[in-house]
Amino acid sequence: MQDINKLKTIAKNIRKDVLTSIAEAGSGHTGGSLGLADVFTSLYFDILNHKPNNPNWEDRDRLILSIGHVAPVLYASLANAGYFNKDELLTLRKLGSRLQGHPGKNHGLPGIELSAGSLGQGLSVSVGLALSAKIDNKSWKVYTILGDGELQEGSVWEAAMSAAHHKLNNIIALIDRNNLQIDGPTNKVMTIEPLYDKWKSFGWNVLKCNGNNILEIINTYKQAQKEKTKPTVIIAKTVMGKGVPDIENNYEWHGKAPTKNQLKLFIKNLY
Amino acid sequence: MFRQKDTIPTRVGFGEGLKTLGKKYNNIIALGADITKSVNLNTFAEQFPQRFFSFGISEQNIVGVAAGLALGGKIPFFSTYGVFAAIRTTDQIRISVCYNNLPVKIGGAHAGISVGADGATHQALEDIAIMRVLPNMTILSPCDATQTKLATIASVEQVKGPVYIRFGREAVPDFTPNNLNFIVGKGQELIQGNDVTIISTGHLTWEAIIAAEKLKHQKINARVINIHTIKPIDKNIIIKAAKETNAIVTAEEHQIIGGLGSAVAEITSKNFPVPIEFIGMNDKFGESGTPNQLLTKYKMKSKNIITAVKQVLKRKNTFAKK
Repeated sequence: MQDINKLKTIAKNIRKDVLTSIAEAGSGHTGGSLGLADVFTSLYFDILNHKPNNPNWEDRDRLILSIGHVAPVLYASLANAGYFNKDELLTLRKLGSRLQGHPGKNHGLPGIELSAGSLGQGLSVSVGLALSAKIDNKSWKVYTILGDGELQEGSVWEAAMSAAHHKLNNIIALIDRNNLQIDGPTNKVMTIEPLYDKWKSFGWNVLKCNGNNILEIINTYKQAQKEKTKPTVIIAKTVMGKGVPDIENNYEWHGKAPTKNQLKLFIKNLY
Repeated sequence: MFRQKDTIPTRVGFGEGLKTLGKKYNNIIALGADITKSVNLNTFAEQFPQRFFSFGISEQNIVGVAAGLALGGKIPFFSTYGVFAAIRTTDQIRISVCYNNLPVKIGGAHAGISVGADGATHQALEDIAIMRVLPNMTILSPCDATQTKLATIASVEQVKGPVYIRFGREAVPDFTPNNLNFIVGKGQELIQGNDVTIISTGHLTWEAIIAAEKLKHQKINARVINIHTIKPIDKNIIIKAAKETNAIVTAEEHQIIGGLGSAVAEITSKNFPVPIEFIGMNDKFGESGTPNQLLTKYKMKSKNIITAVKQVLKRKNTFAKK
């Protein structure tokens, strides 16, 4: 594993890039992008088997982002990993940009595995990819990022059922469990608990971790990689807006961009 | 003239085409949605069990799975009744398949009112309209079993992106010769004529042929064009027909709104406006009945095409005087 302090610095840089790019765009999903910075750092700088200078390398692990609205954290991670120049982050959401508001695979940005933005589809695509790897006897894995509000989409459960049925142990999904969605707390908008029991009963290997603790995230992913027969889901408890004390756990920041003045303040307070 | 060789459901052509593809290419995968036998996926499943995967009754999931398989370098087919294949899954097809522009091939079975006794819930009469508005989508609507086999093969060999192949349940006349070329995007002039053009797709092409033969006895020479590719549609053959015959009747087992007729009207109104009459479902749901009873009740038989031809010829004359 990489030096943990180095990884923490990377996560902080990713957060800074997320804030800067969203502020420059004038719109975008700040809360979830910040909350997932530690998960994305763990993936792109430790867990994933990938080659930023050869993004279409056949044997790479696939990162499938089902919640396309947190695109800023994906873009910031890819840029920090060396897929493209960091300057391009400032084109987010602008006309002609490769950094679409929600990821678009055919807009030319290296490292984008899937166009996504309509919730509830990423896990199904992951099932197809994982099945494809099994057919070809390949050892690469599919790392899927799901939202907690997204679990209200019925199609997620169709996908969950089928991943277990086809014994796709090469899927490792992670749920961004920040307990918040646009209308408020998930338990008020639509109850999704008991999550652990639900996924267990659907035939999955279920793990939990603190999704803002890089060491814990990496260890949980490593444990998931050892699973022999079942797909794994990691329920990762995260804090929406993590790293910026001014907006942490405030669901109003799900889809809001910082103003130029707020940006200065948020970056100053970033930890 | 075209002669009926046999009576075969077009879905059989789909199964045959898929079997041919399976033998030829080892990256063809089929996904089952519980009704594999009914949509003729079973022959592929029996012959290539390692390349057939059952997903049960979960159409939305299957579309995403197909997209994932395509990302992994496979060419996945899935098929179920058109009402589910195209309509229950529209958002998944729009984003996971079309926006990603992936080679997912969708078999829309049991299309049209001729599904019969199952009634409105199972009669796909809106699928063309819905698939037609999706960027990157190709829509194939072959006219008989022989052509459906060719269309299925062409969906892989001639199209890189997503394809929706539409076919029916009932045994219908099989009349196209095996050597009739299938080129995606090219309409087929089956019968020559310069008084009026009947542009048809799917099962109704046979009705169009019968109508043209009867009209000939009444000294009306109807051109018959079979449109097996609804998208991208053959603009040239349609504009040429408009210019040379000055009157068009379209015929399809589909809602008039948004279907083949709409596609034809979009082209003529921009390039060479002529009177058009539309044969199809007139903004209604279907019901139970035998295919013949339903096609008769909802005016999709050759006699209705003949009536529409006479109507459009009247308008053609008035139109010419203006």
